[in-house]
Amino acid sequence: MAVPGAGDSTAASAAAHAQLKKVKKQKVLLMGKSGSGKSSMRSIIFSNYLARDTRRLGATIDIDLSHVKFLGNLTLNLWDCGGQEAFMENYLSQQRAHVFSNVGVLIYVFDIESRDVERDLATYVNIISALVQYSREAKVFVLIHKMDLIQPMMREDVFDQRAALVRRKTAEAVAIVHKQKPEQSQQQQQQQQQQQQQQQPSQQGTPTTPDPSINLQLFATSIWDQSLYKAWASIIHDLVPNLGVIETQLASLGLAIDADEILLFERTSFLVVSKWTSPEGEHNPYGDRFERMSNILKSWKHTCSKYTGTPRNAEQFSDFEYKMGATFSMFATKFTTNTYILVCMPPGEARFNSAKLNVAAARPWFKFLDGPVVPPQPAAGGASGATPEN
Amino acid sequence: MSSAASAEDGDVPADTGSGPPRPRPVRYISAAALNLHRVYEQNRQRLQKQDGAKAPDPTAPQTKGKPRLLLMGQRRSGKSSISSVVFHKLPPSETLFLESTARIQKDSLSSFMEFQVWDFPGQIDIFDNPNFTFDMDAIFGEIGALIWVIDAQDDYLEAVARLNSTILHLHRSYPHINIEVFIHKVDGLSDDYRLDIQRDVTIHIQDELSDQGVENAPVNFHLTSIYNHSIFEAFSKVIQKLIPRLGQLEAMLTNLCRTCRFEKAYLFDVNTKIYIATDSTPEDMASYEICSDYVDVIIDFTEVYGSWPRSEQWRDKLQGEPWAQPLDEQVACEWAESGMVLADARRPIMLREVDRFLALVAIMKEGSYDKMPQINMNVDVVVKGLTEFFEITKPKDVGGGAQGLASPGLV
Repeated sequence: MAVPGAGDSTAASAAAHAQLKKVKKQKVLLMGKSGSGKSSMRSIIFSNYLARDTRRLGATIDIDLSHVKFLGNLTLNLWDCGGQEAFMENYLSQQRAHVFSNVGVLIYVFDIESRDVERDLATYVNIISALVQYSREAKVFVLIHKMDLIQPMMREDVFDQRAALVRRKTAEAVAIVHKQKPEQSQQQQQQQQQQQQQQQPSQQGTPTTPDPSINLQLFATSIWDQSLYKAWASIIHDLVPNLGVIETQLASLGLAIDADEILLFERTSFLVVSKWTSPEGEHNPYGDRFERMSNILKSWKHTCSKYTGTPRNAEQFSDFEYKMGATFSMFATKFTTNTYILVCMPPGEARFNSAKLNVAAARPWFKFLDGPVVPPQPAAGGASGATPEN
Repeated sequence: MSSAASAEDGDVPADTGSGPPRPRPVRYISAAALNLHRVYEQNRQRLQKQDGAKAPDPTAPQTKGKPRLLLMGQRRSGKSSISSVVFHKLPPSETLFLESTARIQKDSLSSFMEFQVWDFPGQIDIFDNPNFTFDMDAIFGEIGALIWVIDAQDDYLEAVARLNSTILHLHRSYPHINIEVFIHKVDGLSDDYRLDIQRDVTIHIQDELSDQGVENAPVNFHLTSIYNHSIFEAFSKVIQKLIPRLGQLEAMLTNLCRTCRFEKAYLFDVNTKIYIATDSTPEDMASYEICSDYVDVIIDFTEVYGSWPRSEQWRDKLQGEPWAQPLDEQVACEWAESGMVLADARRPIMLREVDRFLALVAIMKEGSYDKMPQINMNVDVVVKGLTEFFEITKPKDVGGGAQGLASPGLV
């Protein structure tokens, strides 16, 4: 029982391998007012903290740099920037070039309960200006955080209002920078020659209109529910290299085993890296199921670690299966070194068992997720992946 | 994890198996007297049922022979929080917003067995109320257990004094009532301190009672908190005492554990995550926690993937070639079954749905995952036995039916 369809994608994956040998480093800035919850969310997503454990965290002093290895070929350079005003001023003045150049992603956190919205927005506008100045292509994610403190009925309205406000301010900030461009371009070119050269002509052409190309996404988040996973999954989603290859291979695997849905999780954070859903699976009324799965599996990991006494970041389970009579079956298993796979499929013993074998057999095709060191791993991994088939 | 005394007290009568429907008799009553007492009670229940059928007045549904749990204690001791967290799945953090209870809050729960929870307002002393006299028989007549909640982080002497007077009142007219003391809000207290408080409360109550000439009152103590699993464990112990012929259930599970080399098996009520029986190996909180969380995981998965209807085409495609079989025949087991292998020591956990309300969850010994097919067959047999058990012990024929229970054909 081989995987039909996986064969045609080997060519694509081989081509992808070439680009993948290099580890991609992404600079991710995490900013926002002091106490808005930046370090808390970072600890939950990447260090497996429980939401209630984050009470122990103190204020971040200056910039807390961490390198998070995500899959084999992506390293996040996470700059957790302490949000006290003195630090903020410092980032915007002395360290301006240092902090804001080469940024891949800016994550800006607003505290929904903040008393002084005007001031928060003013700081935000300053940050955006600096970012546009130094890293023109950076993506911006704005998280409206601590939504759990708003009454459930009001959440959507409050979020929509705040989102509109942030969008307007962002557009204004970008527009202002563009107006100032002629004076600054000299200095900018020194700092950021490569990036600016590509961007400059198009920017100069439309200096007054708010640039639509600033990539802004807003999320309502809370550390107490799955919304945090949703936001971070989309942040990560754009950073993962060769996403296209993963998606096509996942799709051919899904078709081959008759699955309804396949989710691919990163091993430690349990963020959804990629997903595939069959046309039937699309009928699922739970639109938030992906982040829910992350949340469920992550809290299950905590339970396990408490039970076994192993560290939180360690791997906690290797295999899971669940057959719910004639309704559906599902299994989750350790897939490649850095990923878990969750497959939801129609009921039936024979179908289930062959799907499990096929998923095991498909492992070698996903080995590139564990890059960047290609030579030693495929041999070892390929062997172990093929054995269950025979 | 709660006091050794309470565990012992609970288990001894239960193990004898052939005891009265309330497995916690007052010791010094002879067997004959107990039997008489039981017959009396059954007759009374029957009478009440008939009364209820004849005249459907508002009190009738409450006296339908459902066991009743009464939650009592000082005001602000956490009674309503407990019932919301355990029976209504309220997240513990949200109990902060609960209003104070002004009148008796009656909840009826239909689960594997139907029972009611009455939440009493703490500020009312039902035995000593000048404005209003309570109908004692209506309150305590059908009672399964009285749960008295004491706030461990507060000055508890007054609560203990009130509990004592309650026990004295009840002891005269309803000597068979189980009294379960929840020493509550113990999260945040050190282990030593918890035990100190428990000892202190126990001594206070027992001294006072023996001064009044009441010996061996059926009082048990539990250390609880809504922020961890302890409240569910305590409720499990309380509920287990209301289950007719618990000993048989436990014997079935113990037998299963021995044959399949399980470390620990629990029979869960899925809705409340109370376990209604476990095998005879010593209980530990850790395995209860992981099993209970596993039930949670399964419930969540079921909700997301199993709670919506699939299309006809989907079904047709699955039943067509190459399978050419109705879906029902393609599955091995019509109930939910699940297994998970922990990375540590490769210890599997398994879950099997027993019926709409119950699930069997077990932690297996390391390396036994390979034998899953045999284990599944054994579990199947036990589940069949359990289903029969509940069929037989249904409340309608508490009297005779249970005698005919055959032990499950395991092995």
